[in-house]
Amino acid sequence: MKPFSYERVSSPAEAAAAAARAGGAKFIAGGTNLLDLMKLEIETPRHLVDVTGTGLDAITETDEGGLRIGALVSNTALASDERVKRDYAVLSRAIVAGASGQLRNKATTGGNLLQRTRCPYFYDTNQACNKRKPGSGCAAKEGVSRQLGIVGVSDACIATYPGDMAVALRVLDAVVETVKADGTTRAIPLGEFHRLWGDTPHIETVLEPGEMITAVTLPKPLGGTHIYHKVRDRRSYAFALVSVAAVLDADGKGRVAIGGIAPRPWRVEAADAALPDVKAAARALTQGASPTDQNAFKIALVERTLAGVMAKARGEAA
Amino acid sequence: MDQPDYFSVSRRGVLASGAAGLAAGSISPQVAFAASTPVAERAIAMQTVSMRINGKSETLELDTRTTLLDALREHVKLTGTKKGCDHGQCGACTVIVNGERINSCLSLAVMHEGDEVTTIEGLGTPENLHPMQAAFVKHDGYQCGYCTPGQICSAVSVLKEIADGVPSHVSAELTGPMEASNIEMRERMSGNICRCGAYSNIAEAMAEVAGERA
Repeated sequence: MKPFSYERVSSPAEAAAAAARAGGAKFIAGGTNLLDLMKLEIETPRHLVDVTGTGLDAITETDEGGLRIGALVSNTALASDERVKRDYAVLSRAIVAGASGQLRNKATTGGNLLQRTRCPYFYDTNQACNKRKPGSGCAAKEGVSRQLGIVGVSDACIATYPGDMAVALRVLDAVVETVKADGTTRAIPLGEFHRLWGDTPHIETVLEPGEMITAVTLPKPLGGTHIYHKVRDRRSYAFALVSVAAVLDADGKGRVAIGGIAPRPWRVEAADAALPDVKAAARALTQGASPTDQNAFKIALVERTLAGVMAKARGEAA
Repeated sequence: MDQPDYFSVSRRGVLASGAAGLAAGSISPQVAFAASTPVAERAIAMQTVSMRINGKSETLELDTRTTLLDALREHVKLTGTKKGCDHGQCGACTVIVNGERINSCLSLAVMHEGDEVTTIEGLGTPENLHPMQAAFVKHDGYQCGYCTPGQICSAVSVLKEIADGVPSHVSAELTGPMEASNIEMRERMSGNICRCGAYSNIAEAMAEVAGERA
């Protein structure tokens, strides 16, 4: 690990200012992803701003009848919140489908949105990776790509956004609230938060340097049946091959977002409009797919997983 | 036959005295490292942190890069907590901080100012075992024992999480009381790997403790 200086701050504005003051600074909260990457020297911040003392650890009700989730609320606390379990069950289900109990106790809402890809070529510093080292190429395309993306990917990068929580947040139309170094705040719809890779896969979100996530807001409850279904190579503690977050009415209409296939939680308007027609919805979700030989199975898997979710919504065994 | 004195030296004692020998030199290892690094483009930053470890206050002056795991093992000399993968994948380093289990390898020690840390040494002692430690012994919840401290810290926390109503991936309902069933225990323990494969016995040890508590 490269040496770094460290400071604690007590407010979001102080955090953003501290990051702007020090060159090469990063915010740290749970640290479960950042420290892992720092040990491998994939992340090499010169300065860490510890934001755990900024008080952003509450879940409060908004005037619009939704919830505001502080950026520091842990995955465990969020999944266990009575209001979330009752009104946003897909979010609780998505969170407990990811990581391990130890990691969920530490991982935060803000940090989880910034979790970096788990592409093995991003992690292996001996390999070419445009995301880790811009311009070095992509070893994944000709490599082991079973786990990697099929839609929204580019010539430069076929990595996926790996998380589960954000897939549920996408289907719930969550909004990310931030503060910039100059103190201004903004609200970013989750669907616009993660960038598609294009030619710059090292830039993963629309956040500006030094901009800090302060909260994630949920609109008022949607009702309906909430389902998160995750397909993976191992039954627990593994990243998704394909996951589906769904909020469905009794007639099978509703909305879905897909995890494990793209640089961001994948939601397509035409797919939502096509429901309950699984084939048409899956076609819309995988339209324009450019899979490798090794991950082409994900196209069929999206349809099958979606079919399983629809069956579950109808009360049949998935 | 009497054992010569030198056989009474333990492996752990040798390791500890080796470290002490280094520190007793005219120059501290920290300073020596900084001075002998040719491209010292980044200065090593030191930071003081105080926490309570197993009920005892500890104040440590640490390189900011030190993980909670390394602070426990190398600085406080509590070697019960084990380093497996050092990347949060195996769970051998699991400790309980402020009542919640975490991977101590993926947490900076300096971020634990004022925290309450419980390691395997703080759960029980050889003379007065924690019920979970006793159950692991009774049910053979280990073979080589390397993952065991992490397994036990995790197991103790899992039963608390179930009692607190924290849902898991296999919980049929998100609301209402959670069950300490076998499938729940297995799911919730998936962040602790045992290469010897003592899983079924670990689940039985946990079931016994859960049953006593219920």
